[in-house]
Amino acid sequence: MAALRAGDEGAMAALYDRYSSVVYGVALRVLRDSAAAEDVLQDIFLQLWRNPGMFDARRGARGAWLAVVARHRSIDALRKQRPADELPETVAVNMDLEHGAARRRVVEKIRAILQNVPQAQRSALEMAFFEGMTHSEIAEKTGEPLGTVKTRIRTALITLRKAFAE
Amino acid sequence: MSGHDQFAEDLALYAMDTLKPAEKAALEAHLGGCAECRRELEQLRGDLSLLALSTEGPAPPVRSRQRLLATIAGERQSAPPEKSKPWAWFWLPSLAAAAMALLAFVLWRQNQDLEHQVTALQAKNAQTQGELQKVREVMSLLTSPAAQRFTLVAANAKPQPQAKAVYMASTGQFVLLASNMEQAPAGKAYEVWLLPMSGEAPMPCGMFKPDGKGSAIMVGPGMRQGMEAKGFAITMEDEAGSAVPTPPILMAGTG
Repeated sequence: MAALRAGDEGAMAALYDRYSSVVYGVALRVLRDSAAAEDVLQDIFLQLWRNPGMFDARRGARGAWLAVVARHRSIDALRKQRPADELPETVAVNMDLEHGAARRRVVEKIRAILQNVPQAQRSALEMAFFEGMTHSEIAEKTGEPLGTVKTRIRTALITLRKAFAE
Repeated sequence: MSGHDQFAEDLALYAMDTLKPAEKAALEAHLGGCAECRRELEQLRGDLSLLALSTEGPAPPVRSRQRLLATIAGERQSAPPEKSKPWAWFWLPSLAAAAMALLAFVLWRQNQDLEHQVTALQAKNAQTQGELQKVREVMSLLTSPAAQRFTLVAANAKPQPQAKAVYMASTGQFVLLASNMEQAPAGKAYEVWLLPMSGEAPMPCGMFKPDGKGSAIMVGPGMRQGMEAKGFAITMEDEAGSAVPTPPILMAGTG
């Protein structure tokens, strides 16, 4: 990170090689358009280049933090609104996401857990997270009560948390 | 339902920024004073990051990497913030030195002007002092009892009483020089009168007694400014002075 702060282009290239697939994967999932996803990818890494200080290890595992940043930037693009000035604060994830092999194992574990989350909970969570829908919009789309939608979203996340910690 | 329970389900929605503005504001107000909910919010962000990581798979196109690095290289060449500082620091001492030199020049010019003004004032003051000294010397000579006074008249002519009055109407200043005057009787003194041009009554200018040689110098008190004089006259009056001249007019002169 010191090299990045010093304006080392090689350090930036290495950072991109390590995390670009994380950012791009989230952006593509949200936007469902490769060109739009590339734009989000460019924006995030350029912001990192211009302000390396924002990439603070105290915010949590960098891969996890970047994944959340990518989600927020992609939702902003989806809503066609100006990117929020605020960046997500601390992300309570501390694990090795820098190295490809370790991260692949993490991703496989998450996918496996999500497969076991009840479809209604998982669907509500994905509509909120990847499509940026409010619980009112989800309730209207699914015909479920508002309270039920909220509960399903929270329950899905708690399930993911507990299963991942095991 | 406790406060935490009330907001527990909204925390996940807040972390995804899908709450309505009013709901968001209410939750933020609660978060400000609830450490437990803040910790839960961080945890939920961590949960969401896992959900986000689940999407990793497709690698971005190679052109995306090239585009990013080309943009970065362009920024470095065009306006790199790191390079602006050395430029500024390189020129800063020169700019400061130039500013100081300009300031010094301006101050030097001001100092020169002041010196010239002081020199001029000193010269003028010296001239005034010189003139004043001459006036003092003349006045000292004229008024000194030790000074010898001579009145020159035509040869073989008997010396006659004489008085010269010098008067300036604009300032009211008045000086009288008298010579060959007879001594005033006891209890008496000469009184000088200004005869106004306007025809008004004679105005008293002051009293004098000649010295043992019949000479007298009187520097009159300031007369009323602007009083034009047709002439002056002298009478003999009591020492206390008189408001009006008492005949006869002993001496008189008009301009």
